[in-house]
Amino acid sequence: MSDALIKKMKRQIARASQAANEGHVPSAYSVLDLLWVLYDRVMKIDPKRPDDLMMDRFVLSKGHASLALYAVLAEKGFFPIEEFNTFGKYNGKLGGHPDCSKIPGVEASTGSLGHGFPIAVGIALGSKIRKFKNRIFCLIGDGECNEGTVWESALLAVHHQLSNLCCIVDFNHSTDRALQLGDLAQKFKSFGWDVLTIPGHDQEKIYRALTALHPDKPLVVIADTIKGCGVKCMENEPAWHHRAPNEQELKNILEELS
Amino acid sequence: MNMRQQFVKTVESQLALNDKLVLLLGDIGVFGFRNAFKQFPDRVFNIGILEQATVSLAAGLAKTGLIPIVHTIAPFLIERSLEQIKIDFGYQHLGGNFVSVGASYDYAALGCTHHCPADAGLLQNIPGMEIALPGTCAEFDTLFQESYGNGQATYYRLSERENSSSQPVKFGQAAILKKGALATVIAVGPVLDHVLPAIGGLDVSVIYYTTIAPFDGQTLRENLAPSGKVLLIEPFYSGTLAWEVCQAARPKLITIDSVGVPREFLNHYGQAHEHDEAIGLTSKNIRGRLEVLING
Repeated sequence: MSDALIKKMKRQIARASQAANEGHVPSAYSVLDLLWVLYDRVMKIDPKRPDDLMMDRFVLSKGHASLALYAVLAEKGFFPIEEFNTFGKYNGKLGGHPDCSKIPGVEASTGSLGHGFPIAVGIALGSKIRKFKNRIFCLIGDGECNEGTVWESALLAVHHQLSNLCCIVDFNHSTDRALQLGDLAQKFKSFGWDVLTIPGHDQEKIYRALTALHPDKPLVVIADTIKGCGVKCMENEPAWHHRAPNEQELKNILEELS
Repeated sequence: MNMRQQFVKTVESQLALNDKLVLLLGDIGVFGFRNAFKQFPDRVFNIGILEQATVSLAAGLAKTGLIPIVHTIAPFLIERSLEQIKIDFGYQHLGGNFVSVGASYDYAALGCTHHCPADAGLLQNIPGMEIALPGTCAEFDTLFQESYGNGQATYYRLSERENSSSQPVKFGQAAILKKGALATVIAVGPVLDHVLPAIGGLDVSVIYYTTIAPFDGQTLRENLAPSGKVLLIEPFYSGTLAWEVCQAARPKLITIDSVGVPREFLNHYGQAHEHDEAIGLTSKNIRGRLEVLING
């Protein structure tokens, strides 16, 4: 059932991207399993109360994977699936990067890498100050880990003992060609985080990691993912990073995801 | 009392009154806020020397219903963190407060790394951003209390130097200090003490701005001297407010001159008043420029 649903969402994403000639489809496919498990089984959320500060909250720091977030939010009832038809359109609500003022359930307007993670740290600190009992989740990319603010945030989260914070790293190695991160788990450990490394498309392992206890420290879940997962021509193919499928390619993609 | 001490006093009083207020220090002002650290340990943080993450973190605090204040030295607060202020506060329509020290070349002896005459001009480009330049301690207290919780992103530019007397300021409004016919002199924040001695015996208007964004164009438009000649005296890059002044005067066409900080690295050290002399931000130079403007 879950596999069929993931394929359905991937088809929606491909169609939206083709129609708008926009979107980072492989990035969306890279994070889709993570987001689905998070929203379906882990976070305490209520689509009818998207502005409730005491609910669990999620920040998509790598905002270019927005199509995956839109697919999951629509599936969970935050907005009608028909909104997908407006993706990338002038008056549409769904853009190539998410705008929190337009879309229910989107916590932060991200797109410039290195912003969402410190915002999530702030939400976690603010929730702690206000004595909320919620959890704050944030998803960053491995390329985003090039940004200095990621490591500033890593320091701050540990210093302020933000055990209500869980950071997920979509580790698809897409920027290894530019700057190798080396042993990312060891880096976060040395900053004082609890660290779990999991296969990023295994939903049961994702669930276990995202529900693991971390009573004293923030938790980082490093998810080994495949960029473009599920579509052979896209998988780990840099040319597809920011490229919408044409009509024939869409047909092939939909067939592969059927 | 100087403006930094007033900042401490004002914020301490508001921390006691408003449990949504959170103070984030960039490892400066820690001694000054020592009592606040003791009184409000869960809302006063020496966050460290990491300005970009601090501004984003402050946005996160705002997303939980809190009212953040971020305080550090102007170039690091504004120039280093400009994108965080733009996107995390401006684009997301979040309320927060940014309070700097080290206005323009207040830290003259520390050199150009610690100068920041570009701050006001940079922040003007962020839609919805508010910018206040108090000229005295009392003016800071008034402006801050009126605006810090208004749901907007607001920049307060503290100055090491202040005017000898306070004016009756109101956030978002200019004050008319004098009305005349030959020219309009616009003074911004702490330069007023250079302006008032310069206008003696001249039939000019003086309009005093302590909030430059939003810019109170109405007061200027309604009180513009009939000559249409304007002299703009600014404590930041010269001409920063020229567009606002021209827009406010429309449809009347005006002649405008400005005295402020030139767009060059002021790579001498010394003290701020020496830089004032070097760039002509003095009563004598303002008088000369005003006479040329009136008689030219």
